This record gives sequence, C-alpha cells and structure tokens, in this order.
Amino acid sequence: MNKTDNQIKKTGLGAKASKRLGNTVIYIILSVITVIWLFPFFGILLESFRVERPDQVNYLIPKDFGFDNYIKLYKETDFFKWFINTGIMGICTAIFQTLFILMMSYALSRLRFKGRKFLMNFMLVLGMFPGFLTMILIYKVFYELGLTMEMAPVGLIIVYCASSAMGYYVSKGFFDTIPKSLDEAARVDGATRFQVFYKVIMPLSKPIIIYTILMGFMAPWGDFMLASYLIHENSAGMNVAVGMYKWVSKTNLNTHYTMFCAAGVLVAIPVTIVFLCLQKYYVEGVTGGAVKG
Amino acid sequence: MTRLTDLEYLKLNKFQALMYKLKLFFFAIPAWFAKLGKGILNFFKNCGLAIKNEIVDIITTFTKGNWAVKLSFLIFGFGNIYYGQILRGLFFFLFEVIFIGYMIVPSGGLHWIGKCNFFKTGETIGTVQGSMKYDPILDTQYWVAGDDSVKVLLYGLLSVVFIIAFIYTWRLQVKQCRICMNITASGKKVRSGKDDMKSLLDDQFHKTLLSLPIAGILLFTVLPIIYMVLIAFTSYDAKHDGYSNLFSWVGLEHFNELFNFGVGGLGLAFGEILSWTLMWSFFATFTNYFLGMFVAIMINKKGIKLKKFWRTVLVMTIAIPQFVSLLYVARLFDATGILGKLLLELNLIPQSMIDANNLSLWSDPTSARILLVIINVWIGIPYMMLMATGILMNIPDDLYESAKIDGASVWQQYMKITLPYMLFVTGPYLLTSFVNNLNNFNVIYLLTNGNPINTQIGTAGGVSVGSTDLLITWLYKMTLNSGDSLYYMASIVGILVFLVVAILSLIVYNVIPSTKNEEDFK
Repeated sequence: MNKTDNQIKKTGLGAKASKRLGNTVIYIILSVITVIWLFPFFGILLESFRVERPDQVNYLIPKDFGFDNYIKLYKETDFFKWFINTGIMGICTAIFQTLFILMMSYALSRLRFKGRKFLMNFMLVLGMFPGFLTMILIYKVFYELGLTMEMAPVGLIIVYCASSAMGYYVSKGFFDTIPKSLDEAARVDGATRFQVFYKVIMPLSKPIIIYTILMGFMAPWGDFMLASYLIHENSAGMNVAVGMYKWVSKTNLNTHYTMFCAAGVLVAIPVTIVFLCLQKYYVEGVTGGAVKG
Repeated sequence: MTRLTDLEYLKLNKFQALMYKLKLFFFAIPAWFAKLGKGILNFFKNCGLAIKNEIVDIITTFTKGNWAVKLSFLIFGFGNIYYGQILRGLFFFLFEVIFIGYMIVPSGGLHWIGKCNFFKTGETIGTVQGSMKYDPILDTQYWVAGDDSVKVLLYGLLSVVFIIAFIYTWRLQVKQCRICMNITASGKKVRSGKDDMKSLLDDQFHKTLLSLPIAGILLFTVLPIIYMVLIAFTSYDAKHDGYSNLFSWVGLEHFNELFNFGVGGLGLAFGEILSWTLMWSFFATFTNYFLGMFVAIMINKKGIKLKKFWRTVLVMTIAIPQFVSLLYVARLFDATGILGKLLLELNLIPQSMIDANNLSLWSDPTSARILLVIINVWIGIPYMMLMATGILMNIPDDLYESAKIDGASVWQQYMKITLPYMLFVTGPYLLTSFVNNLNNFNVIYLLTNGNPINTQIGTAGGVSVGSTDLLITWLYKMTLNSGDSLYYMASIVGILVFLVVAILSLIVYNVIPSTKNEEDFK
C-alpha cells in the first residue's frame, strides 16, 4: 500500500467507522445465530445427564449430573440393538448405494449410447411419483420372504440400495466437469472403456465417491417413513429413528424424555465423527450439486 | 395477447417482466395442448409406421432367410448357434425353454393371468375365496386358504411383463440371425462369444454398468408403481385384503370420490391439503433460500473474521440426524417445554392455547404452520449457506468493484449482481428443493404428526385430516395408521401427487431462466 492510498483511507474515516459498525452488527447477528443453532445440541446434551426427573422441566442445567440415563438405555431398552441395526444398515447402504450411483452416473455422463436421453427423462418422471407408495407392494413381498419385522434391516438395505441409482444427479454433475480429453488420450493409447473408467476417472473422483459414501451412511440414521413401514413395531428390527420415536409420544414422554436425549447424543456421535472427518468432501458435493442442478 | 418487441420487453421492470413471462406461458397453454395432441397423434402414427416396418422386415427376413434363419423363428438362438455364436444362441434357447415351461406348468403364467380377470370390471382378482370350515372330529373351526389377490395380481403382472420380454427377445434374435447371415454372405466372420464378453468391457461397457442399477430400479420402483396404479382401479383395503376377502376390479368408481366436495369428501380434503402443501413448499423453499443466502453473504463479507468457525457451527447441525433434532425441538415448544413455558410466562402466547395435551403453539392451525416454517428454516439454512458460499465465491470481484466505482449501494449491488447470478445458477436447485419440500415427510410428521386435526374436514380417506398434513403424510397415515387402510385411495392420491408435481415442474421449467439459455449470464 503506498502513501496516497493511506491518505485516502485517512480522509475517508467516516466510511471506515460505518464499515466497522456494519461489521459489528454482522458479528452480533452471527453470534445470535450461533446460539440459536447450537442451543438444541447443548440442550440435548445437558438433559441427557439430568438425573433428578425424567420428564420435561423449565430449566436447562440439571440439578444432578449423572450417567443414569445412559445406563438405563443399556439395561432397560433395546436401544443398543437398534443402534447396531442402524450402523450395519448405514455401512451396507454406503457400499452398495455408492456402487450403483457411480455406475449409473458414469455411464450417463461419459458414455454415449442409444436410449441415453430416454433413460434420463424416464428417471426424471419416475422420480415424480411419491416413492413411498411402492412400499405397499414391497411390504407384501418382503413379508412373504420374511424380510420384515425382526429381519427388517435386511429388507431396508435392499430398499435403500435397489433404486438408489435414481439419485445420480450430483455425481453425474461431477463427472461432467472432468475434461473429455483425458478419456480420449487414454483411448488413443489403446485403453478399453473399462480401463478408462477404472484407471483414469476413478482416481480423480475421490471427492464424489466419499460424498456418496457419506450420504449413504447417513441415510438410515434419519429414515423414519420407509423403516416404520417394514418394521411394524417389532422392537428387534428397529432402527434408531423408529425406536426412539415412541419415547416422545404423549404416553411415554414423561417417563422417557431424558432417555430420549441420551439416545440422541449417542446417535449423533458416530454420524458427527464421520461427518466432521469428511466435511470437506461434503461441502464440495453440495456446492457442485447446486451448480449442476 | 400482444407480444412485446424486444425493445419494449427490455423497458419492463423485473416484476413486469416476470408477469409478462407468466402471461406468455399461460396464453401459450392452448397452443401447447394443441402441440401435445399433435405430438400424441404423431407418436401413434410413428408407432404404426414402426410396427409396419417391423412386420415387413420380419416377413422379408423369413422369405429371404435360409433354413437356419427360418428355423430360428421357432427355436430361439438356432441361427446364432448355426453361425457360430454359441454362447448367445444358448442364452436365447434357454430363455425360450424357461418361458414356455413357466407359462404352461399348472400354476404358471397362463394360470395367473387367467385368475387376474384383467379388464373385467366387477370380477374378483383371484377366483377361490378362502373360508372357515368346521372340523367335526376336532370340533374346531379352521381356515381353508383360497387365493390371495395381492399375490395373484403380482404374478399376473409379472407374467404379462414376461410375455412382453419374450416377444422382444424373439424379435431380437430373429434380427440377429439375419445380420449374421448377411455378414457370412459377405465373407466376414461373425462375432464370437469371446468377442461378446470382451466388448462388455469396451464398446458395450454401458450395458455392464447399467444392468444392475436398472434392474434394481425396474424391480423396486417401476414394477411397484405399475402395481400401485392398478390398485387404484380395485377395491383393495383392510376389509378386502386379498387373503381373507378377495378384492375386485371396480374401474373408475373410486375416482368419483374425488368430486365429493362435501364434509368428509375426498375432493374437499384433497383441495385443502393440496393448498397447504403448496403454501408450505413455497414458504419453506424461499425462506430457506433467501435467509441461507443472507447468512452466506454475511459470513463471506470482507473483514469478517472466524469465517471457518461460523461455517462449522452451522454445518455441525447437518451431522446430527434430523429426527433427533426435530423431535427435540418439537417438544421444546410444548407448554411443558422450555421455550413453550418461557413464551407463556412472558405472556407472548395466551394461556387459552394450552390444551389437554399441553401442546400450546402446536394446537392452533395458524401458529403450528408458522412454527413449522420457522423450524424448517433452522434445519434448511446450513445446506443453503454451504451452497451459496460456493457460488458467491465464483462471482468475479471486478463486477463489484466497477459497481462501487459507479456509486452503487450495497443493496443495489445485491439486486443487480448477487441475486441475478444466484438465481441463474441455482434455478434447477430451486425446482428440486420445491419438489422435495412438497414431499417433506420428516419435518411435518416428526414435528406435528399432521395435527391439529382439521375440524372442517373431519375424516377423509379413512383418516382424520390434520391442518398441517401434507399429501405425503396423509398418504402415509392412510396406508399405515388407519384401521381401514384404504390402499386404493392412497393409490389415487398418489397418482394425483404425481400429476401435481409434473405440472408444477413443467411450469417452473418454462419460466425460470437458467434451464434454457445457459449462456445468458456469461
């Protein structure tokens, strides 16, 4: 910065002051937002340690701290069974869903074949049906096959993965951005299309692969609609969402509220850890997906 | 209506321009329908032509083909084997054997199709009704199982699909035979099975990649949806569950319910729920959009420190599974929850709002709806903030600098640079997020369960309709939470949801800028 610049800055002190004021306002707003956004998490955390009573209270900080709620979760409920169920579902869904989505999006983005446009339009229209209604038939078939109730996790993995390729959009958007000249160069050197896929494009696609894995892993933790349909109130086959839902119903709220909070903390831990480690890729996925649509 | 010239159009302000575009769109609808009609006519014409060509082709194949080609009209894959494509030929032959075997065995395809009574209104699906029989020796009643309509319809549908696949395969192998014949006649060699396998990793790589995902989609989405559409024309519900009572084809009978606008009528309920669904989706999408962008702009502003910290705080909320935070936040606003109680003590909400279930804010339709939108903002802002951050960074700085030199205020910069750019880039995202919000099951069901109950409608489709019910939660309750389980109603509503989404998408696609002129902004 040279001398004249400094002089200009000095004379424009009024502007600087108003800028500082503007920034202060922004800091205040951001702080308020931070408090609002973090409130539920500290709320859940604090209430999970509350020992004195298990219902809702009008104060935030517990009078007695303790791990009673967590111990109760272990001793009195099937929570850890649900937790393991959901974890297994998360891992399996992450693997298969990623495979399916990569296959579909790669083919649609990099390969040209007859019926490609039709396939894309077809899936677009298909996506407009409320997917939930397919469960009427799927439930019946899975019931016959024994994939509901306590076997619901297996059924759910199939449901989550089977049609997952319809969510190819974000990942296709990513493949679209990789220059075509790479493929062409490899093809000239005599690589088959499979080799291009496996040796050229895949190594470049780490961000989108990790993003897809992350989404696949997180899906079963929050799914209530499809899961409740297959599980049908059978405690052994529940995922955490369906299991914990009944704890906040009118009849159970007064006895299970703090337990719900404790369970919530436990559920949040694995997802948050995975998420924070891979945050970078998630952000890339979301922003990339928005631009590509 | 009069079309404006380009010059006149440019003179309009933003709002007028949008109105003009909308008007253009709606005035274009008749022409659009005419075009659609013409398109459909053309489609049929083309189909007719294509079928004619196929038939001519098949006949010439038969007349011009040698004995091997002729025989492959009856025996699948014979021609392929004859010309050395043994692997392919065997596959085709195996397919034929399985198909014929499946169709003619006693409880095979033809049997199921016969039981389905397709296109016969009033007939049951399945023919043998199960019943209770008395066993005089043991002195007990026992159940003699009959047909299960659900299964019968499924097997019937699968058999029809199988027949279509059979016809397609027959045509395919006949065509291939002829091609093989021509290739051999011209002195070249046909592709061997080994070549076929190799090409699956090269020329035909898309087949390798797509077969599994598409099989999944066909089996778990397309087939169930076709099945669901069929259900709309039957009487499938809890009373006629197909097992203890066969259900039957009823044609369009249940669709009449849609025009029942009286109390408890499906038409009234659908209208009410649809209007709230649209309202919800509109507010949920745009509050998130603008507030999220606002937050992103604040964090991105030059001179703001701790950028990473602010962002991480918001992103953290994505990591916590939604149902945990939603269920927790829902209870915060109860009369017994911390925030609900606080609001009561500050007299911000009247005591009269506390009902028997201590729900306060959740018990009044208007306040419940407003609260839903607010909580949805809490959930949605982090996503939008992330997205907007990425896009904002892409806007070239010199645009702002030159605007500043021209003396543009912050607001003007926003209206003339930031907003148009954002809208342009995120147009498709807005559309998808609008559709996602139409079907936002989690937020509504976990926060309010659709309550408070809408007293004007009462019960429709076998469930009591709530003021905050979206179409999707209504559907869910119809099939799962109600004693009647009116599956056929759910199917009808499902078809309507599809129509609503399709029409909306079409309108939005025609009005928003970024889908068509991709080069506009640059």
